[in-house]
Amino acid sequence: MSIATGFIEARRPPAAPPRPWTGARIAGHVLMALWIVSGFFLVWYLAEAYFSPFFEKYADKYVSGFIVTLQIVGVSLLIGALLSVPVALARNSRLALFRWPAYAYVYFFRGTPLLAQTFLIYYGAGSFRDALTEVGLWTFFRDAWFCVIFAFSLNTAAYQAEILRGAISNVPKGQWEGAKALGLPRHVILFKVIIPQALMVALRPYGNEIILMIKGSAIASIVTVFDLMGETRRAYSRSYDFQAYIWAAVFYLFLVETLRRVWDKFEARLTRHLAR
Amino acid sequence: MTEALTLLSFGDAGWGDEIAQGVVVTVTLAIATLPFGLILGFLIALAKMSGERSLETAASIFTTLFRGLPELLTLFLVYFGVQIGVQELAKLLGLDITIEINSFVAGMIALSMVFSSYASEAFLSAFRGISSGQYEGGYALGLNRNQTMRLIILPQLIRLALPALGNLWLILLKETSLVSVVGLADIIRQTGVAARVTKEPFLFFSIACGIYLVLAIISSAGLVRIERWSKRGETAR
Repeated sequence: MSIATGFIEARRPPAAPPRPWTGARIAGHVLMALWIVSGFFLVWYLAEAYFSPFFEKYADKYVSGFIVTLQIVGVSLLIGALLSVPVALARNSRLALFRWPAYAYVYFFRGTPLLAQTFLIYYGAGSFRDALTEVGLWTFFRDAWFCVIFAFSLNTAAYQAEILRGAISNVPKGQWEGAKALGLPRHVILFKVIIPQALMVALRPYGNEIILMIKGSAIASIVTVFDLMGETRRAYSRSYDFQAYIWAAVFYLFLVETLRRVWDKFEARLTRHLAR
Repeated sequence: MTEALTLLSFGDAGWGDEIAQGVVVTVTLAIATLPFGLILGFLIALAKMSGERSLETAASIFTTLFRGLPELLTLFLVYFGVQIGVQELAKLLGLDITIEINSFVAGMIALSMVFSSYASEAFLSAFRGISSGQYEGGYALGLNRNQTMRLIILPQLIRLALPALGNLWLILLKETSLVSVVGLADIIRQTGVAARVTKEPFLFFSIACGIYLVLAIISSAGLVRIERWSKRGETAR
């Protein structure tokens, strides 16, 4: 029998064997190289373009287009959010009289392209010109900006109503029962107990809806609204310079990515009590 | 009422046949885009879970790019970008030609890029739903990697990814309308021409919306059947 008299001296672990060059690794490196090269090319191209007459001439237009895009998205989302509450409630209603029209509304606006809806409202309003002039709404429907806001609001209201409805039905039944046991009236239960919890669950789909709206708002350019995309198309049609579209891509990517990151942080912060 | 019916009839007096051609173009574009989008999306999902960092980064750059850009802008980038690219190439080769890229092909490329970046997410979350025991079981039976993927993982993957892919199909069907902007004679363009000529925009754009709704309803019914087919191996619980 032997007695250990000392510890074995600590040694470094053996060096990791070299990672083999598998097919996946080669493909990954090739693709990354491709992205890096095109990234550098893009930066070089834009840096060169930055000092070109194009940038000088159209920079202000891009900024104003960017602001118009933000306005369209912001206003439509806000109106849509207000509209979505009654639609979602009607959709959950026990009365078929409320349930069916709400269902038809949501189905129509989710089942048809936003482009078709915008055309239907912007060009379709022309069919009712006389009637609209009589009630004084023609000035509203003659303006592309208002038509776009109108179409986008109705569209996003349908999507937001579905988000809200899904979130409300996700709240456990015990919350309703508990609130009822406390003797709270129905509207208080809904607005003070159920909806706050539902909104928590709905944060992620709401974030996605905002991003969809930003991307969808490019459609406004087709009916002559000069948002970011509209300014881009105008710049391209005047200069025939492809950098017009590259700048737009940079703007949109910047907007969407920033929003996505900020929203992720925001969501993580608000739901930190739910994290496990 | 009869006036509207005359406008929608087939033949010289009506626009029915033109609109029907538009429907064919829209459906063809969506169906032609689907396989490319699915295959590319599947490959991207594989890349994202390959465990190789460079490949994962390359794949996520692709998806970030095409999920962040508006579809309309992607379409313009492809439509004008490819045109200019081909022209520059021709100039380098000493050829002096102007090339017009087909709007159908441009739409197909742009839409399959967008579709694949969303589809990769669907595939990825489906992959996460398959336990590693399934792979291990496959290897224990002596199947190699390709066989395990094809015979064991893929059938389960399809079942798990189908609901999300069905949604993406409905979105794709709606997004084809954007290609009308670069001149493809789809539903929107044909009804738009009819609206301009007849000065009945509301009628014709309602018809366009109605057609898209019908296409969505048919697709939903088809998707329900496919989903039922994919679940035929499950016992009723």
